[in-house]
Amino acid sequence: MCGIVGLFLKEPKLEPELGALLSEMLDIMCDRGPDSAGFAVYGAGTPGFVKLTLRGPAGTDFAALGGQIGHLVTPRDTHAVLSVPAAEEAAVRAALARIAPEVRVVGAGNRMELYKEVGLPADVAKRFKLETMSGTHAIGHTRMATESAVTTDGAHPFSTGPDQCLVHNGSLSNHAGVRRLLAREGLSVNTENDSEVAAAYLTYRMRGGDTLGEALEHSLDDLDGFYTFVVGTETGFGVLRDPIACKPAVMAETDSYVAFASEYRALAGLPGIETARVFEPEPAKVYFWDRAA
Amino acid sequence: MNLKLKPAVSDGETFFDLAQAPLRELNAALHKLAADTNETHWKVFNPAGRHAVAAGLDAPVTVEIDGPVGYYCAGMNKQARVIINGNAGVGVAENMMSGFVHVKGDASQSAGATAHGGLLVVDGNASARCGISMKGIDIVVKGSVGHMSAFMAQAGTLTVLGDAGEALGDSLYEAKLFVRGSVAGLGADCIEKEMREEHKALLAAKLEAAGILGEVDISEFRRYGSARTLYHFHVDNVSSY
Repeated sequence: MCGIVGLFLKEPKLEPELGALLSEMLDIMCDRGPDSAGFAVYGAGTPGFVKLTLRGPAGTDFAALGGQIGHLVTPRDTHAVLSVPAAEEAAVRAALARIAPEVRVVGAGNRMELYKEVGLPADVAKRFKLETMSGTHAIGHTRMATESAVTTDGAHPFSTGPDQCLVHNGSLSNHAGVRRLLAREGLSVNTENDSEVAAAYLTYRMRGGDTLGEALEHSLDDLDGFYTFVVGTETGFGVLRDPIACKPAVMAETDSYVAFASEYRALAGLPGIETARVFEPEPAKVYFWDRAA
Repeated sequence: MNLKLKPAVSDGETFFDLAQAPLRELNAALHKLAADTNETHWKVFNPAGRHAVAAGLDAPVTVEIDGPVGYYCAGMNKQARVIINGNAGVGVAENMMSGFVHVKGDASQSAGATAHGGLLVVDGNASARCGISMKGIDIVVKGSVGHMSAFMAQAGTLTVLGDAGEALGDSLYEAKLFVRGSVAGLGADCIEKEMREEHKALLAAKLEAAGILGEVDISEFRRYGSARTLYHFHVDNVSSY
């Protein structure tokens, strides 16, 4: 199974509530994926700075690490967000690898922060205080593992490029071949997870100049298997289902937001849902929304 | 009316609020209804996409659900009229035996799957696999249906006022399919058939049951059915086995 949720706000009014709304949606999707959870939130960015989301073993002293690196760090449980001047990103990554090799950079971008852990999704959301986060859009995932082990690394979302992330419900049958293609193109896929291959494929397409929508169109040709993807970029939000549409999906759109969920239950608590346009995204049709950066 | 009394009865109607009491309680109360019950009209509030709302009914009652439901709403229905004022999730009216299910919004995948009897009316669209393996149900969809609708459909009718997706009627048995709009593609062994007077009369009867006779022009429909070439083993196909 697995549950996916996503929320893309069209107007700023709801931005302070983004985390609270997504948290409730994730909570309801616990029974579709009780073994781990994760989410990515596109919050405020600082011009000229990059946010690095770090993940370390339980008990990592991120404050001390921030001091050693010499940049502002905001710890949240096993994760922390380090804000560094864009020009220093490579140096900071090198310093991190040297000072704290056990700490990994799991996401990077101007605005994206990414958190994931093993455990009941409602608990994972609480540990990271998702309900306090604000932003323009966010995606989340509750996992019931099928293709690889229940580990934090195997949890979604997967991020393989700056401000890019993907959550997936389904399983890909040609991920080994795509993985080899991506390796030739210089894209590293860190886990055995098939979903990370899909994320890296989209990064590969967008690196080559595709928009998110074009990258999703190409994945219809190149990715085989069954999937419902929800994808975030710095300013965009995309949805794609495979042509057979094995995996459930429902969307709601109002003047204020576009929301995605595996089941309507997760949308039932959204403001104005009674009058929203609720629809099932069609198979093999790319949906994406973009906002001015 | 006090909705906190569960169920609350007012003017011959029984109210049940799923925000106040668990779904199990609703379904248990509906399952207990005898054929001669006086509680013949139920109104259910705040379904919030819950699964299996009003599934397994077997009494001549009406259940009106005020809002969208999740999977398998009115599944296995016998006798009852179930009206959904909203969208329905996967498998609405799946395996229905008799009765009437009316979705006033869209239906998700596998609407009316495997159902043996009764009438399912969808005011909006039904997505993929509508009427998959249907065995006698009549389905009327006022919008369009998705891919692989009426897959292995054995008996009954599927009437679509809009369009049908890819592979309509794949591996069809004896169900009769009427589509007014375009068909993206026919599945294996499904062919267009002549629309004779008897078929027009059959279609008219189904439109009448759905309450829309006269609202659509019967001559605009095309009929699809089984070419019956998959019924028996053919020696030319021996290498396929």
